[in-house]
Order: sequence, then C-alpha cells, then structure tokens
Amino acid sequence: MTSIAIPEGMPQYDDVPRFDVARVRADFPILNREINGHPLVYLDSANTSHKPRQVLDVLDEHYARHNANVSRSVHTLGTEATEAYEGARAKVAAFINAPSPDEVVFTKNSTEAINIVAYAFSNASLRPDADPRFRLGPGDEVVISEMEHHSNIVPWQLLCERTGATLRWFPVTDQGRLDESGLADLVTERTKIVSLVHTSNILGTINATARITARVREVGALLLLDCSQSVPHLPIDVVDLDADYIVFTGHKMCGPTGIGVLWGRGDLLAAMPPVMGGGSMIETVTMARSTFAAPPARFEAGTPPIAEAVALGAAVDYLTGVGMRAIQWHEKELTAYALEALGSVPDLRIFGPSVPVGRGGTISFALGDVHPHDVGQVLDSLGVQVRVGHHCAKPVCTRFGVPAMTRASFYLYTTTEEIDALVTGLEQVRKVFD
Amino acid sequence: MQLDQLYQEIILDHYKRPHGRGLRDADHSGDRVAEAHHVNPTCGDEVTVRVATDGTVLHDVSYDGMGCSISQASASVLHELLRGRGTGEAFEVHEAFVELMSGRGQVTPDEDVLGDGVAFAGVARYPARVKCALLPWMAFKDAAARAGVGVSPEVTA
Repeated sequence: MTSIAIPEGMPQYDDVPRFDVARVRADFPILNREINGHPLVYLDSANTSHKPRQVLDVLDEHYARHNANVSRSVHTLGTEATEAYEGARAKVAAFINAPSPDEVVFTKNSTEAINIVAYAFSNASLRPDADPRFRLGPGDEVVISEMEHHSNIVPWQLLCERTGATLRWFPVTDQGRLDESGLADLVTERTKIVSLVHTSNILGTINATARITARVREVGALLLLDCSQSVPHLPIDVVDLDADYIVFTGHKMCGPTGIGVLWGRGDLLAAMPPVMGGGSMIETVTMARSTFAAPPARFEAGTPPIAEAVALGAAVDYLTGVGMRAIQWHEKELTAYALEALGSVPDLRIFGPSVPVGRGGTISFALGDVHPHDVGQVLDSLGVQVRVGHHCAKPVCTRFGVPAMTRASFYLYTTTEEIDALVTGLEQVRKVFD
Repeated sequence: MQLDQLYQEIILDHYKRPHGRGLRDADHSGDRVAEAHHVNPTCGDEVTVRVATDGTVLHDVSYDGMGCSISQASASVLHELLRGRGTGEAFEVHEAFVELMSGRGQVTPDEDVLGDGVAFAGVARYPARVKCALLPWMAFKDAAARAGVGVSPEVTA
C-alpha cells in the first residue's frame, strides 16, 4: 500500500487505537487447536465467533454459583440471577447507546428478533384497535433488499402472505452495493416497514443508511436494520443510526449461542402487541383474558436464556475492553491486506466491494470453476476453516450467477499470517483441481 | 495425506471428464421416461437424473447438473454403472452404494458390484460430503420410481 504524509495537526495514522492481537489470541482457548495436523486458521467468524476465557468463565460461574430463575424469586440466588440478567441488559444497552435498557429485548438470535417484529405486525393486522403503524393489508408494502440473509427475507414473505401486503426490494449493483437509484419509487406512502441488512453477511458491504432513513421518515414508515454483522465489528450507536429497530446475535460477538437482541425505540415496543404468550410477559391473567407487561418483558415469554444473557454481558465487557474502534480498525487493515493478497491469486473473482471502503472483513470469492465445496475441503485439510455454500443468502448467489461462494471472514483475533495461509491453501486447491 | 482418500484419482477423472453427461430422449420406442431434480439445500448443488426403461432394462440413465466434484463425479459413475443394466441388478448396485456411503468409512466396498464407485469409500468418512455423493443416486431412485420401476431402502445418513 502507498503511504502518504498526513499534514501536521491532522489526526495521524498512529493515532488510531490499536491492540495487541497476540494477547487477544491468548484469551481464546480454541485458537490453540490443531486441525488435520495444522494450526487452526479460523476464517469463519461471520458464521460464529470464538469465545474468550473471560466469557466462558462467566458462563461457568453463573451455573456454579448464581443459578436460579429470574424475575420471580425472593430468595438470594433468584435475586443474584435477576441482577445478573438485568445487569447484562444494561450492558448491552450501553454498548449500542440505547437510551434505556428497557429498549433491549433478549431473544434467541437475530432470526427470532426479526420474527418478533414481523409477527407483531401480523397480530396488529388482525385487530382493528391496534396501532395503525403496525397494521398491514392489501396495498401496503414491505421493503427489503436483494442482499438480505434468509432471516430477513422469509419472515417478511410470510407476513405478506398472511396480510395481503406486497413485498418489494432494493436490487444490488455489480459492485455488490445496495442500488438506491430507485429509492423514491421503492419507498413510498404505501411502505409500512423497510428492513435492511446493515453489513452484508456474504458481500461484506456496509450499507450507508442515511438517505434511506431520510426517505423512510419522509413517508412515515419504520426502519429495521439487521446488524448481526455490524454490532460485533464496529461501534454501533442506535441514536446516531436513527433506526427504529436493530437486531443482532450474541454468538457472533464472542458471546454464547442462544442469545440475541431486538432493540426497538421505546414508544414502538410499547405500542406493539405481544407475539409469544406465556409466563413473565403478563400483567394479570384471568381464565377469560390477560393483560400484558410493558416491554421488554412483554416479548420475553417463558424462562429466558439466563446464563447466555449474562455471558453476553461479559462478551460486551470484553469487546469494550479491547475497544470497538480498535477492532474496527484492525479488521479494516486485515481487509485491505486480504483484498490485495486474494487479488494476487490467479482466476480468483471477488464478489462484493473490491476496495476496503464501505465494507467489512467478510470476503466471498470464486476460484476459477472449482466448486466452493471442493475449495473448502482442500482448505480444511490444511487447517483453514472457511464457509462454503450460499451463506443463507441465495438471492445474492443468483444475482451473481453462481450456485455457491467461498467466504473468508475475520475478527479481532485474525492475523495477516492467517490470510497468508488462506492464499497458500488456495494454491493447493488449484493444484488438486487443475 | 488424508485429502487423497477423499479426492481419489478416479473421482477427479470422472469430475474432469464426465461420462454420459447431458439429458437424453429415449432410444427405444415404448420406453417410459421419467426424471427427478434434486438439490442439496445447504450448498446449492443440483442434479437432474433421467431414466428410460421398458420396466426390465434401464436403457439409459442420463443426467445434468452443477455442483462440487463429488456430486458430479458420482453422477458420472451412476450413469456408467446403471446404464443398460437390468432393473433388479441396478437396484442391488444402488443399495450397495447407499450402504457404502452410510457406513462412515467402516464398509469395505465390493469392486465387482460398485466398479468405480469404490472410489467413494473415502467420502463416507466425511459426513458433510456424503450428501454430495448420494445426490444423484437419490435423484435416480425418484426418477426410476416415476418411470415405474424399483424401490430401494431409505437412506439414513
């Protein structure tokens, strides 16, 4: 890369916050593993991230010392568990700069979080007295994009089938960016909700949302951003982002599986009808009918994933300790390095932005005509773990005319040496399938 | 090296130079022709297998598809093994191949029955790839059933 002199008085290159990657790696026990006789090279963090000792310890400690159900016990353990659970909610709220912890609903994952919103619309549509913002019928429209994960496509398809509303979508450009050219025609007075991915899990594209948000406000619709691939990797501030909902999942951000988050603006959550019924989400129950608790409890029926939530709180502490700005910069450098290194591999085609601007550290590619399954298999024999397939974003594969892609994705513990191992592995793939 | 067990030369040969690829119409008048299209939803591999039979002999087993080396080589081997075979015999081969692939690498294949199919013994050790190898064989089974011939045991892999 070329280096240019930055004028004195301006922020210098060295001012960027950094961290010691070797020290971070020492926190992740799994990184010591060998795979097929080679050191593990884990390039699949967009799929799920690894967990540092600090998170594993909290999970263990919760069950070993504080295990009890939450929000219903007067005993000491119940109080400790409830404080830990609600404490985790407050940590997550602070992490995304949510105005109140009550705006953070714990879910199973991003998929469940999106489904809660979609089913709230569905339920509201059946009730004439429901808040009109959530009522959908024929003539109304839901807008998504061609670069969504299936979890941000299928719930809206099902919602439109149930209500008679119409599903529309933003196309994707050849460069793998969101095509906003039809924004004014796509998002109109008929639009009730726009649900978009913030960072694409397959193309790595980070969508600039300001123009879309402005249009959404203009027409009085709602905006949901799927931040599953951005909350783990860059500082996210929901006030700054000016969305109505964001969703993300714990296991991609050093936390455990089974815990995700729906963040929604307080007034919206309060106006939404419940989705799942059961314990903890009620105010009072008679045999004939029930009234419901205020959010977030209204959307957390049944015993929640308590230990997982507490451990997500620990993951948030861990990431904050390293520094999200520093993690973002580390991944930006890795991405620049990887784009250049992959560019040197003959017959390699990158899908998505080919410059490290407006994109994250997730890079999908094709290697000649070699099927991604075969690429992944040869790489695995060398200890290199990448994801192959359609990445739960089949419309993106269709858009680029391939049945599947190979994807390498990075995180705070990824090193440039691991990217070198990927490139060396790809040479081996070419030898086997030449 | 482990990888050689998976990508045996025979498999790579069938992948690079597939035998009998392309969907064909019936040569024999009176043959029933039926096809089945199968996809592997996890990776997007797909294959169409077409069977032409008079109920006794599989006059043709043709195919087309796109996917990884394992699934495409497997289709080529399927064609080679079953084309021109009596239906009873064909289903014995089918059963032997399914048994091999479901055996987690513990089944020793009989080359007299499976021919080039024995090369897939190594694939059976890779649970993630067993589905690739079976894709054309499962499509064949459906296509044959639609053409009115044969049943074979369900796969449990």
